[in-house]
Amino acid sequence: MKLRSIVTCLSAVIVASSLPAAISAQTNSEYSAVTDARLMNPEPENWLMFRRTYDGWGFSPLDQITARNVDELVPVWTVSTGITEGHQSPPVVNDGIMFVTTPMNQVHAIDAANGNVLWTYRRQMPFDLRLMHPTNRGVALYGDKVYMATSDATVIALDATDGSVAWETAVEDYNGGYYMTMAPLAAHGNIMVGVSGGELGIRGFVTALNSETGEEVWKTYTIPGPGEFGNDTWPGESWQTGGAPAWVTGTYDPELNQTYWGTGNPGPWIGEARPGDNLYANSVIALDADNGELRGYHQYHWNGSWDWDEVSAPLLIDIERNGRTIAGLVHPGRNGYLWLLERGPSGIGYVDAQPYVTQNVFTSLDPETGRPRYDMQRKPGIDRPATFCPSPHGGKNWPPAAWNPLTGLLYIPANNNLCSTMTGEAVEYRRGQNYTGVEFGGNSLADGADHVGELQAWDLASGERVWTHEFGEFANWGPVLTTAGGLVFQGGTADRWFRAFDARSGELLWQQRLNSGITGVPTSFEVAGRQYIAVQSGWGVDAAGSQRNVDGLFGNPETIVPQGGVVWVFALP
Amino acid sequence: MDPDTETARDGSRLNQILLVRLDPSWLSEETLARSVDGIVAYSGVCSHTGCDVTDWNDEAHRFQCPCHESQFDPSDSARVVGGPAPWQLAALPLKVLDGRLVVAGSFEGRVGFQQPGLNPFGL
Repeated sequence: MKLRSIVTCLSAVIVASSLPAAISAQTNSEYSAVTDARLMNPEPENWLMFRRTYDGWGFSPLDQITARNVDELVPVWTVSTGITEGHQSPPVVNDGIMFVTTPMNQVHAIDAANGNVLWTYRRQMPFDLRLMHPTNRGVALYGDKVYMATSDATVIALDATDGSVAWETAVEDYNGGYYMTMAPLAAHGNIMVGVSGGELGIRGFVTALNSETGEEVWKTYTIPGPGEFGNDTWPGESWQTGGAPAWVTGTYDPELNQTYWGTGNPGPWIGEARPGDNLYANSVIALDADNGELRGYHQYHWNGSWDWDEVSAPLLIDIERNGRTIAGLVHPGRNGYLWLLERGPSGIGYVDAQPYVTQNVFTSLDPETGRPRYDMQRKPGIDRPATFCPSPHGGKNWPPAAWNPLTGLLYIPANNNLCSTMTGEAVEYRRGQNYTGVEFGGNSLADGADHVGELQAWDLASGERVWTHEFGEFANWGPVLTTAGGLVFQGGTADRWFRAFDARSGELLWQQRLNSGITGVPTSFEVAGRQYIAVQSGWGVDAAGSQRNVDGLFGNPETIVPQGGVVWVFALP
Repeated sequence: MDPDTETARDGSRLNQILLVRLDPSWLSEETLARSVDGIVAYSGVCSHTGCDVTDWNDEAHRFQCPCHESQFDPSDSARVVGGPAPWQLAALPLKVLDGRLVVAGSFEGRVGFQQPGLNPFGL
């Protein structure tokens, strides 16, 4: 009897372990394969990648929902994700099927018109994983597969019709501090990802995997090795643990076949720990999409000492200036400057830059190269505190800005008036552990500041700010969507409102209070002739910590923001 | 240590222990019972998302996690006194054996964090 029960137990284990990780309610045999041609020129009704298009605009050409009728917008369906923490993923839609990811690396495939869940993939994390940033920023679609980068540094390919695992490839060892939160970038048969871990002594890289097999096609480090140009900008062996992660999806110029990736802070955080420029930390790098070769770079700030990760990839925008069309790379930097660079076959050139939030570190920029000069009193050193603005969370953090070609305006989710004090301290590298080497001296507000969060609109042709919406005593962590209907959609504040603004004037036209704060990337799509707006709510990660700090600075009690992810979809009645 | 088998996991980061010596008069009754001369021991893995708890606030006498600023009071079973952590750090009872400080028993409480939303057999 006893033996029989053991055998029964063993059978149960075997059956359980052979179950697929995906739970499928139904399959869809008519899935529309995602081709390079479709990614380069997506149908108006679809949102096929992180920012919809390779240029990173976050713009939908749909115009059924307009500034005139947006006040009629209502929720049409919701789905709970069953997960807390920070939901940051865009609802990606391919011909009526929505794919969303959540923290803890779930993928949900959902009928985009009615909210029926088609299948769910749930990754089982290693028991000894540490999750510095428990979030995920979405899928890539390519061919008949769905791709996700995971917290344990693995890329997973799923069958788009039933969620079964086609392949999975670990790109590094999570025990070494490597993890991933970005949506992969798909192009030319490659699935490209970069790694997080700038606080954990990693050596950053971007890698491409074969979309069908998962085999590595190329791998390019963001820190040059011995013998490579730029390695001498790192002292000794510091290049091996110098950080420079790439944790937000790159943009792509198909004509040049170049991908553009933003890179994060060098480590440890304080520059005195690694004298030199520290290439290519806090930079944009241009990589050939087929072989990963470095085609150019621009370093926004050298010898970084403020945790200003410049990981957001620049938006590819053509800009008319003085009778000339500039093939622009536009980047609202975490360092508080709005950068305009120029892309070309031979690399990246500097055009101009100006502050868009309070910034007291740069005293000037070299007019030819854009290299900043620093007020050294604002640069923390080892055992030498400094107070500087913006704070380490930056003028704009990871939430993507958006560009509307019809208004000619760039929309920046900004945090203004925040400053911090930091002191460097000696730190010893220990594999996979915190390697920042700083002591925080607290945050502060710029003199006379009465607000923090802002949504800014900039005319890139004139280089002037056109309008600003202020969010009072709330920080703004809201990714931005703009549409051909003349609208800008954004959440981002701890008061849980999801809002629509007039894209030209900045007037608040509509708002809906959701279950939790919104740090998800909003998207728009169309099914059967009806336009929808979609966004995930789910407060957590850096937004939560940031608001706790801002509450304290204004002397407010902590804002209570219930957690829990929900996919919200809105439409006109 | 594996809580089920009570076997030490050699090389696992889940073995990391925080040790701190406090004034014994500060310790709660429960904590005092696990301590030796004011020395208390806890798991060094945060209950929020599994980060290593590496920071010490010398003014407030609290452990602090560098990832999301969860704070734990070592004088009172490492209960959560700030930040998003859902529960206290697992405590490790101590004793003196032959004049040496040694572990007196298995962890009290869960080591590490629990992945929310994962229910592989219940769907």
